[in-house]
Amino acid sequence: MSNLLSVENLTMKFGGLTAIDDLSFDAKNNQITSIIGPNGAGKTTVFNCLTGFYKPTNGQMFLHKEESKISLRKYTDFKIAYVAKVARTFQNIRLFPAMSVLENLLVAQHNKLMVASGYSLYGLLNLKTYRDKEQLAVDKAKYWLDIIGLTHRADDNAGDLPYGDQRKLEIVRAMCIEPRLLCLDEPAAGLNPRESAELNKLLKFIKTEKQTGILLIEHDMSVVMGISDHVVVLNYGKKIFEGTADQTKNSKEVIEAYLGVDE
Amino acid sequence: MEKKDIIQSFKDSLFTGFIALALFGPIVGLRTASKGEGLFITPQWGVVFLLVGLCILGRFLINLNSARTTEFTIFSKLASKFSAITEDKAKHFAITAILFAVVFPFLPFTDRYFMDVAIMILTYIMLGWGLNIVVGLAGLLDLGYVAFYAVGAYSYALIATTFGWSFWICLPLAGLFAAFFGILLGFPVLRLRGDYLAIVTLGFGEIIRIILINWYEVTNGPDGITGIPRPSFFGLPFKRSPDEGETSFHLFFNLEYSTMHRIIFLYYLILVLALITNYFTLKIRKLPVGRAWEALREDEIACKSLGVNPTNTKLTAFAIGAMFGGFAGSFFATRQAFISPESFTFIESAIIVAIVVLGGMGSQTGVVLASIFLIGITEMFRDLEQYRMIAFGGAMVLIMVFKPKGILANRKPTILMHGDKK
Repeated sequence: MSNLLSVENLTMKFGGLTAIDDLSFDAKNNQITSIIGPNGAGKTTVFNCLTGFYKPTNGQMFLHKEESKISLRKYTDFKIAYVAKVARTFQNIRLFPAMSVLENLLVAQHNKLMVASGYSLYGLLNLKTYRDKEQLAVDKAKYWLDIIGLTHRADDNAGDLPYGDQRKLEIVRAMCIEPRLLCLDEPAAGLNPRESAELNKLLKFIKTEKQTGILLIEHDMSVVMGISDHVVVLNYGKKIFEGTADQTKNSKEVIEAYLGVDE
Repeated sequence: MEKKDIIQSFKDSLFTGFIALALFGPIVGLRTASKGEGLFITPQWGVVFLLVGLCILGRFLINLNSARTTEFTIFSKLASKFSAITEDKAKHFAITAILFAVVFPFLPFTDRYFMDVAIMILTYIMLGWGLNIVVGLAGLLDLGYVAFYAVGAYSYALIATTFGWSFWICLPLAGLFAAFFGILLGFPVLRLRGDYLAIVTLGFGEIIRIILINWYEVTNGPDGITGIPRPSFFGLPFKRSPDEGETSFHLFFNLEYSTMHRIIFLYYLILVLALITNYFTLKIRKLPVGRAWEALREDEIACKSLGVNPTNTKLTAFAIGAMFGGFAGSFFATRQAFISPESFTFIESAIIVAIVVLGGMGSQTGVVLASIFLIGITEMFRDLEQYRMIAFGGAMVLIMVFKPKGILANRKPTILMHGDKK
């Protein structure tokens, strides 16, 4: 299996604080790579560097595309999603609450629809080319809504959905930009066991059916151990362990980081 | 309700009356009048007692109302019923309103004064619809919208007086200029949101006004621009005695000359301009760029994470909103035939923002209702002179109390998957 993402010597400093210290790891296509670690270990900072919200102090991040590789450092802001096709979700859900579920999924296809609508010109003239493209976008939204079982609520406001459904909606909204890498920031936070199980199913589906690699930050070990192909453990911004889920469970360093060292 | 409560609320109202007496006593009760030589004080105790009595009674009624256990608020019920009707029958409502607007000039009770008020209300409706794009859809609180109105008015006035071009050429040019200024304002404020954005846009509005006052060589400063050409009916001017080789409107159609012709024409002109604004907004709201505006209002960070370019999206909102402000401005200039910086003060921006917010952010019908309500009420009480601003304030308070999210606050999705079931 080919490499999708390689992070090399990533360092991020905020003033005197080193949030990430010389971190290197790889993530592969069609695999779920989890980043775990105690609170404040720098997990979300890694995400913010990858998705262009922070500019790292040092280090490189590459996204591999067939034979070529593109450096994520070059892209900031909205270009990460637009050009590099790296999508993310947020620790505290960021939907567009006053817009309908369907609209949420259409905004995710904005750039495609913008071109299809001739930068609004064809749309204003109500040309058929645009209407067809819009229908395609709706069909795609429906495809994803069918998968998470929310088709019947497509016309309701996203803010009115139950918490678990909002989580799932945010994930499929990110999938609507057809990302190569999907970064999920604690998707299972606040979910009950049944909802976590559904989430696992959804992530496994994305992993196997779509050409997408998943990078996952998670505290819920039932999720991490259930679906991860590869686990990276951070503590104080440093990578302390890397391996499969089973190896991680039995690693002395990881247990020490979480539970402390026996005096 | 128990006896104790009544006594308590009675005491409370008496206390209110006492405060009212302390306030109204000197302010209303003592009036200076000049009689012969010097000023004398004429007491008006009757008015004071009336006001104090009203305060006591009002306070007592409020107390009674809040002491009740069952929910019974007639105003909010009426208000919600009203908005339910307008929402259910939105289409019928809109068609009726447009038909009424079309036949309005020919109704028996319509006179010159009614027409002037109607034109003013329509101007504000158009401005409200224009600002609705920026504030209601894109969620960018713009307190300097009058600047674009001014840019439109001055570009029209300057182009028309300098080059003598017709209204129909100057109108799009004025819109373009205003849109350009919209982008000019948009660039520096891209990173600002909410309160900070409001302050900068407020400053921008003032900057434009001050430039208009001080750039004497071009704008003629505080004296304003006079003799702005009136619009013509497709080349037929509204004049009693046309120039050599020209046919005027009344001669062409074989009518008795009347100043009302021009007023009616202006009325239809602003009606068409406003309806174009409305149609455009309704259309663009359903396009990707419109959805991106609303998404930006909801959550800018989420927008970025989905690859939506916030810079372009905001700038288009500013530019398009400003363009409609510019159109309204050129209409204003051609209607008045005289403009000066006096017409573009902050209060104008405030009224337009009030119309959008009170109408219900993003609601097109709401803007219409709020314009009629606010402008209509201030006009109705014109006889009260400066006190009519109290009526304006009162109208705002009433809306905010009974419909805190605006007259029509419900947002309809721009696209439906399951069709209109309700």
